[in-house]
Amino acid sequence: MVGSSASPVAAQGPVVSLRQVTKRFPGVVANDHVTIDLWPGEVHVLLGENGAGKSTLVGMLSGLQKPDEGEILIDGSAIDIASPRQALDLGIGTVFQHSMLVPSLTLVDNFTLGGPWWRRPDREGVAARMREQASSIGIRIDPYALAGSLSLGEQQQVEIVRALMRGSRCLILDEATAMLTPRDAEQLGELMRRLVARGLAVVFITHKLNEALAYGDRISVLRLGKNAGAMEPQVLKSADTSAAMAEVVRMMFGTNASGEAEAGGREARRAAGGKPVLAVDDLTVDDGSVPLSGISFTVAAGEILGLAGIDGNGQKQLAEALAGQRPIRSGSLKLKGVSLEKAGVGERRNHGLRYVTDDRLGEGTVGTFPVSTNLLLKQIGDRPFWKSGVEQPAAIADNARRYIGEFDVRTPSIETPVAKLSGGNIQKVLLARELSGAAEAVIFAKPTYGLDVQNIRSSRRRIREAAEAGRAVLLISTDLEEILELADRIAVMSQGRIVGTVDNDADARRKIGELMSGMTV
Amino acid sequence: MSAAQTTRTADKPTEAPPEHRREWAHMALITIGPVVVALVIGGLGLIAMGGNPLTSYSYVAGRGLVSPSGLPATLTRVGPPVPIAASPIGALPAGVSDLGGDGAVPLGAVLVAAAGPALVEIFPVWIVLIVGLLIGAVVGMLWSVVPALLRAYQGVNEIITTLMMTFLGVSLANVLVKLAFLDPTTTVPQTRTLPVEDRLPRLFDTTVSSGLLIGLAVIIVVHLVMTRTAFGLKLRVVGANSKAAIHAGLPVPLLTVMVFGISAALAGLAGAVDILGTQGNVRADWNPAYSLTVVPLVFLARFNGFGTIAFVFLFSVLLIGGESAARKLGVPNYFSLVIVAILLVVLGLTEYLDQRRQQKVRN
Repeated sequence: MVGSSASPVAAQGPVVSLRQVTKRFPGVVANDHVTIDLWPGEVHVLLGENGAGKSTLVGMLSGLQKPDEGEILIDGSAIDIASPRQALDLGIGTVFQHSMLVPSLTLVDNFTLGGPWWRRPDREGVAARMREQASSIGIRIDPYALAGSLSLGEQQQVEIVRALMRGSRCLILDEATAMLTPRDAEQLGELMRRLVARGLAVVFITHKLNEALAYGDRISVLRLGKNAGAMEPQVLKSADTSAAMAEVVRMMFGTNASGEAEAGGREARRAAGGKPVLAVDDLTVDDGSVPLSGISFTVAAGEILGLAGIDGNGQKQLAEALAGQRPIRSGSLKLKGVSLEKAGVGERRNHGLRYVTDDRLGEGTVGTFPVSTNLLLKQIGDRPFWKSGVEQPAAIADNARRYIGEFDVRTPSIETPVAKLSGGNIQKVLLARELSGAAEAVIFAKPTYGLDVQNIRSSRRRIREAAEAGRAVLLISTDLEEILELADRIAVMSQGRIVGTVDNDADARRKIGELMSGMTV
Repeated sequence: MSAAQTTRTADKPTEAPPEHRREWAHMALITIGPVVVALVIGGLGLIAMGGNPLTSYSYVAGRGLVSPSGLPATLTRVGPPVPIAASPIGALPAGVSDLGGDGAVPLGAVLVAAAGPALVEIFPVWIVLIVGLLIGAVVGMLWSVVPALLRAYQGVNEIITTLMMTFLGVSLANVLVKLAFLDPTTTVPQTRTLPVEDRLPRLFDTTVSSGLLIGLAVIIVVHLVMTRTAFGLKLRVVGANSKAAIHAGLPVPLLTVMVFGISAALAGLAGAVDILGTQGNVRADWNPAYSLTVVPLVFLARFNGFGTIAFVFLFSVLLIGGESAARKLGVPNYFSLVIVAILLVVLGLTEYLDQRRQQKVRN
């Protein structure tokens, strides 16, 4: 946080402007009339959940994708960025989360890679320029070091040097701190401040609110592909950290007061709940990026426990550990009093523990297989669909027709490969599979992520119905509105821990915001 | 409006069959189309070399199929590769590219060839034949243990390891013939020979061994297991999306090891069938390389057992006819291999174009 006040807001206009930019992919509007200005001398923080449209935005700025509508202005004039090379020529450099250096080559060789093949690279000259450029931004690099011998943070510094040597005026750091140690992240933050002090425009994309506030001059929030809000430098500077944090959380997760109306319904259901069905105590789970520790909670029959938190704070790991896809190191997992921490996926399912994954095509289904098979993916070999291991097409088809009707799956036929269905219908297939039979406790991971309004509504209705039918529901979601609408109690997860649990009352939103922001600082 | 609706509903029942038929026609087109294109390209090559493609092809077809000795010769030739074709039909859809068959075949063959003549002195023939087939299968299975464990638990690419095991297997088979099981009564380095009357019976007074029937049965069984049983479905889930397999609670490493075991056992079985049915002994340096011949054909048939049988048959016709053509018309002997190579390239291109077309349709 060196010299955060030194942003020379010059008379000149923004280096790069996006005007009403829209980008569609099949079934999704990734960017919906997004307007953003990147000013020289500013660190512009881009915040948003996974899927909010940040990567698409970066893709368009770096020439990997072209907008369907709207325009990109460079120095005030509209330009089509047709290729990554053209983006570089225009002075837009991008540093990705994963290093793009060839690890087995020295830094100099990495830098001279793009040169013409017939010419001998001027290694001394390049090395000298590298040292000069590096020292001018206050870092030291050894041009003859092997790229693979550097830490990830150092490799990113090198990539920044490379971008500057190519004449970048606008530098995009795409989730640059996501994989860094805290120390390296801090150094990168200081480096960003030095870069903007030289008049560069820096775009800093991150999940971490504390970094956004520490290093940013201006904040833009994307939500579901749209501008969800922004904070101007004056506002950001004058507001104190916790107020700014609360404001950013509000922009990221949205606000409206519609949650109150259904409070009565929730009360009734909670009263119906009795003994805990799902009980987790002091759970520890290993993971490379977000290990879990000290996770404890209980969910009663008919209760919905919401698990809120910013994406990537261990929710996925927790869901997988509960479902049995990931080993539990220590702690206990009980379903109706039966210890299941050592059980496999199938055994937990047979006891009534169900998991509706958010990775619907990645792990929830086999895309090339028919809908009918995917409905039975977790029961392969079970009677009456298989007898002595031989499939019974009639029983399988009956089962498929029943659930397609019951869950309103819109599919041309039960033989259609499931990947050909829309996201909403794939989700219905998953819901049919997980909610059928003797379900006792159901884990929903981001159940409405990427769905359209109608399917969001029907998925939420299913969740509510599951609870009303007396099942214990764990609702993992990054959509705070959804949790406030459905949950009875809300636990907040941060950095692999549950940092607090609150009742879903009128004051819940504020408390959750505090828990989220408090622990991410 | 209502009239249009009635016609549509009236059409509906008749609409489904053409849809189905179109799918079949499409399937036939992308399977047979490449064969035709490959033959045309090969024919252009023949013209360039100064030959006449029409005489040459009809000669090949005539020798391989029509002439009195042609069909039996072709069927004799089909015999040994047929059982080994069952191996990739099981392994490839399960996501296991086991290319170790060419090591398992000679190894299984050598041990069967060594055991056969010895056992026949003690046991009745039918026991010897059954034990021989089992020996081949078990030897093949054992030879796959290392690549299987490396792939299942360490994620080591099985293409590399199985190919390496192939080199070792061929060499070991060779060493066994020369050092351990050498027939002392001949000067040729080979194992003792199983008498013709103690081999698998021949079919209807021809040179065709009943080993062919074993092979066909094995292919059809593997095909049915893969397409009709819970076990086959589990394997296909692992092959199509291993993350989904984990999500569904399937024991992925265990299933992977089992696929290796079955695939290699079938290869060893092929070696045994070849010895017990056709060869009777193993010579040093015997390396038929059936496996690498058959894998492309299985791809060509898209892992369908019946399609594989058809393609292996077609290939054998090309081979037999090609040999005659080489002698008679001066067309090089390896021209049939050139045709297969062209066929694979054309097939790859067809597959690529077909996928692009489907993607376009979807968008």
